[in-house]
Amino acid sequence: MSAQGPATAVSAGHGSLGHGPEDVARSRSNMLFGVRLGIASEVMLFGALFAAYFVIRSDAGAWPPPEFGGERPEILLPGINTLLLVSSSVTMQLGVWAATRGDRGRLLRWMGITLLLGFAFLCIQAYEYLNNGFGLRDGVFGSTFYTLTGFHGAHVLIGLAFIAVMANRARRGLVSAEHHTGIEAASYYWHFVDVVWLFLFSTVYVF
Amino acid sequence: MSLDRRSSPLLRPGLLRAVVGAALGAAIGAGVLMLANATIKLNAQPGHLLGLGYIGAFFGFLLGIGAFRFWLTWASGRQVDEAEEHAAHGTAGDWTRYLRFTTDHKVIGVQYLVTAFVMFMAAGIGAMFMRLELAQPGLLIGKEAYNTAMSTHGAMMITVALISIIGGLGNYLVPIMVGARDMAFPKANALSYWMLPIPVLMVAINPLLGGFDTGWTAYPPLSQQANLGQQAYLMAFVTVGFSSILSSINFLTTVFRMRAPGMTLMRMPIFVWALTVTATLGLIATSVVAGAFTMVLFDRLIGTSFFRATRGGDVILFQHLFWFYSHPAVYIMAVPGLGAVLEIVPVFARKPLFAYPIAVLAFIMIGVMSFMVWAHHMFVSGMAEYFHIPIMLTTELISVPTGVVFLAAIGTIWMGRIRFRVPMLWVFGFLWAFLVGGITGVYLADVPTDIALSDTFFVVAHFHYTIIGSTIFGLFAGTYYWFPKITGRMYDERLGRIQFWWFAIAFNLTFLPMFWLGIEGMRRRVADYPAELGGVNLFVSVMAVNIALSVGLFVYLMVRAWMRGPRAEANPWEAQTLEWQCTSPPPVENFEHIPVVTGTPYQYGSPPMAAIPPSTAPAPGHPAP
Repeated sequence: MSAQGPATAVSAGHGSLGHGPEDVARSRSNMLFGVRLGIASEVMLFGALFAAYFVIRSDAGAWPPPEFGGERPEILLPGINTLLLVSSSVTMQLGVWAATRGDRGRLLRWMGITLLLGFAFLCIQAYEYLNNGFGLRDGVFGSTFYTLTGFHGAHVLIGLAFIAVMANRARRGLVSAEHHTGIEAASYYWHFVDVVWLFLFSTVYVF
Repeated sequence: MSLDRRSSPLLRPGLLRAVVGAALGAAIGAGVLMLANATIKLNAQPGHLLGLGYIGAFFGFLLGIGAFRFWLTWASGRQVDEAEEHAAHGTAGDWTRYLRFTTDHKVIGVQYLVTAFVMFMAAGIGAMFMRLELAQPGLLIGKEAYNTAMSTHGAMMITVALISIIGGLGNYLVPIMVGARDMAFPKANALSYWMLPIPVLMVAINPLLGGFDTGWTAYPPLSQQANLGQQAYLMAFVTVGFSSILSSINFLTTVFRMRAPGMTLMRMPIFVWALTVTATLGLIATSVVAGAFTMVLFDRLIGTSFFRATRGGDVILFQHLFWFYSHPAVYIMAVPGLGAVLEIVPVFARKPLFAYPIAVLAFIMIGVMSFMVWAHHMFVSGMAEYFHIPIMLTTELISVPTGVVFLAAIGTIWMGRIRFRVPMLWVFGFLWAFLVGGITGVYLADVPTDIALSDTFFVVAHFHYTIIGSTIFGLFAGTYYWFPKITGRMYDERLGRIQFWWFAIAFNLTFLPMFWLGIEGMRRRVADYPAELGGVNLFVSVMAVNIALSVGLFVYLMVRAWMRGPRAEANPWEAQTLEWQCTSPPPVENFEHIPVVTGTPYQYGSPPMAAIPPSTAPAPGHPAP
């Protein structure tokens, strides 16, 4: 350890993500890049679930397979849920735009509404689960239905937690027009959850 | 800082707290379920207890090691303590940083590398048990023990192949090679390492839970019926998958967003390119197998019927999902090894890498095509007939980009002034082994020959030639090549040569006869075989022991060199890439000033690719970034 200066070349002025002053601004867009990649991986997870669904469904003569019982749920509740989730995507985006302008009041209001819509979605889904005439153990129909919608529900929950954390940080004044990467990352995730639902709704409930 | 001032070592984040946390977590996870069993008659089975206990232990361990400290502070909206954050880099020279949640990519690289070699030896013990059973016809350790030895060997070795080069050498080298101070997400990087100990432990102790019979592929219906050891493996593999996805995100973000000024994509060292392709595959493919294994776990634990034929499920579906990941995974294992070899060849042939842009393209093509060949593992599975020929053709086509990579190595060696140092010997070993592995692969790609050879020792020999040939030869080559950089010490060249020849000869004499055994009809994954194959099998077993002994010599020589080898220079091989322009080992955060890159990494006969510290003026002909 001699050629290029001391071994502890740690310079002063580190930012909150801590790797040299030139990296502070970059680390913000790094986070968004990373979230996009993470979503790509999540897409493949749902890809596997959908692939399983399509293969099993095409194996079966009729859907749902009559020998294991079960009827496809009514479209009313999931239809309402679709409206809730799509509008929550809109409110989330309005929140992001408010954050970009540095408008903390509007940001908090839109995020609150998004949280409420997401929560209502989960409540309706829980109600639906309790009132469906079939269970997880009722053959492949129940398996695929509950696994696909359940995985999605878990993602809604994660998204809500993400948004709640960001709302809390915004409430504490840690979000501004320059520093709103987390809000944007949460919105990416939320839109992804929304899009997955549109696919789920059309394959599991409608077609 | 406040956390670090706690007096009792039990409360300070670290390995001790992590172990306590894991035990507590397991107790809480299993305890809650037992309580529910007793009070509301939940009728939980041992599998459920194991599942919740495992999840509890996993998160308990991570909380104990201090993995979530930063994120919990961040999420609660409190100010992050910058001094504490900074301390997480660890101090150079302090060995305890290797046992802590340290965010320095070089520490994490060494953690991965040492873990991989420890697992490599543990998995080798499994192989020794297998060769003990197979040394003579008849049964010695018994069928169940053989199956468990085989499955554990496979599961551990697959993990070694998945993490060793990208996790170990990649973590250490990629940030330096692209001219960055660290990975893009240092804390997530440390997290992806510390996610590994609990699942690895779980696989290691699976014999205590009854072992498992399926091998690493975990095909249902066997994997749904087998005992708790099977479940332990399934859970562990899903967890390793998460770690792999996390580290893939980190690598890609580092490569695409953290490069030094002037480090264009086509100036990146070929090793970085190889790892970029690897990380892309890991990112895209891994969640598919995680999904498939989760479905098996659901079938086992909560009564779904994805793969239960009697309930409308589809067993072949599992194989499709599994191989959709696991064939790209073969390239997740092989491509880093190929990258390491191509990185080393120019240094010891003293020539620029032959056809660098074509080699880059070949790596990308391998990545793309690896998603189109998975069903060649399934020619005898009973899958749709019409799928056979297209998959056969794509499988044969993927040998074209793989051959181009091979050709880049040969073309670099051609007319070079070769320095026969230890890393270069491993490169030659790679060339032979990977050639044999590649050519024998053609017989397994062709449907007619594959049907005859499927599930014989021919397949065993083939994939050991490809995976040992690429990953393990690449790993050894890379470890010998970068050892002086990582440790600042030099190993004994003479012992290194002996170790290479011992390993290479024993490896070839172990696996070459297996081709013949397979053609003679010796089945893989079966504890017994026809008596007339006994002599060759005894020979193979003796040679396999020699592989183990040569790895023992490797460990001895590396540990001895690390402890009291002579000091290494900054650039003992006279290489051109950025890591050799730093001290050995590089300081925390690698560069005092971020270098400005002005050329390609393999300009032998011209100045190095970058000057450190750089001049502020841009080099002639290269606009300022």
